[in-house]
Amino acid sequence: MTVHSFQEHFDKKIGSDVSIEPRDWMPDDYRKTLIRQISQHAHSEIIGMLPEGNWISRAPSLRRKAVLLAKVQDEAGHGLYLYSAAETLGITRDELYDQLHSGKAKYSSIFNYPTLTWADMGAIGWLVDGAAIMNQVPLCRCSYGPYARAMVRVCKEESFHQRQGYEIMLTLSNGAPMQKKMAQDALDRWWWPSLMMFGPPDAESGNTEQSMRWRIKRLTNDELRQKFIDVTVEQANILGLTIPDKNLKWNEERGHYDSGVINWDEFWNVVKGNGPCNKQRLDARKNAWADGQWVRDAAMAHAEKRKARKEKAAKAA
Amino acid sequence: MAQQTTNKNEWPLWEVFIRSKAGLDHKHAGSLHAADAEMAIENARDVYTRRMEGVSIWVVESKNIHASDPGESESLYDPANDKIYRHPTFYNLPDAVKYM
Ligand SMILES: [Fe+2]
Ligand SMILES: [Fe+2]
Repeated sequence: MTVHSFQEHFDKKIGSDVSIEPRDWMPDDYRKTLIRQISQHAHSEIIGMLPEGNWISRAPSLRRKAVLLAKVQDEAGHGLYLYSAAETLGITRDELYDQLHSGKAKYSSIFNYPTLTWADMGAIGWLVDGAAIMNQVPLCRCSYGPYARAMVRVCKEESFHQRQGYEIMLTLSNGAPMQKKMAQDALDRWWWPSLMMFGPPDAESGNTEQSMRWRIKRLTNDELRQKFIDVTVEQANILGLTIPDKNLKWNEERGHYDSGVINWDEFWNVVKGNGPCNKQRLDARKNAWADGQWVRDAAMAHAEKRKARKEKAAKAA
Repeated sequence: MAQQTTNKNEWPLWEVFIRSKAGLDHKHAGSLHAADAEMAIENARDVYTRRMEGVSIWVVESKNIHASDPGESESLYDPANDKIYRHPTFYNLPDAVKYM
């Protein structure tokens, strides 16, 4: 087949919703876009453990502690599913880590905000995992098979994450005035960064159009953001908390909530590395990797020694 | 740069297959890195079966998997295409014949 007919075959598959698998021919840009998106997603799951890990040892009860531990462990699993999906595209795990540690690869900027109180564990589960679910559900039908399958696994696990967060918010909102205030404060701080998780507005998002054509993306940033706002407003009402947006108003004609303008300068500033915790997060990750080097080396040496011993015994027999 | 030195030390890649319950086949679940087979099984338990998704795990080092070439799938599966007589619906029997 010529490159031309390879391309035609690929286009036909995309057009008829047939999955692309690792050994299939694919355009270079499709491969590059996927590596960038999947690895960015994997890095977000891994870095995303840090803000919540901050509260594991200070959870208010044994039940909350067990739940938070299980949630953070899930996020590690999500990172690992996604790294292995990225590796099917011909990049090694070490290269992926190098890109994260050198700052070449990005991760979701939401994780560069600090977790100041216990209520932040509630707000993160409710809003951050909630926004992640909005993003991830359409990705279960993404054109690249290994990514889509990883997302199915992730989505199955996410719903407990959001529910446990909402339950924390519910408990605090029904608690003492101080507790309710703490919940409101967490909502105030996490609302806008959560909306930014869907990425820049469609008009400024250069990659969206091509990604939609390749069926890597199924809905635009603004569509997903609107869906998230629409479902979350009701959930805030049930908590008796106020979403920090004076312009939030139901629009009968559109059938959606109208909302205020997002501070995109803040978003780009955090993406560029100037958020409150960028340095802290990346340092924690780099140190963990460097401190674990001797463990990885020792395990490898041990495995090799054992293998050599086995081979020797087999020869002698 | 660091890539060559790190790649040399990278734990090998393993493919993980899981039997979700007794009586079913093992099914590919994903892959992971581990120093040896024992560690691959332990890691597979933590990564792929946190919610009792499996009763049995197989791991195979990825380099030992041999796959068919998708570029040749047409010629590979072509011989099956014109053998519809392998399917029961190919045979027309009178309605009077029961249990067949
Ligand atoms: Fe996750
Ligand atoms: Fe999550």
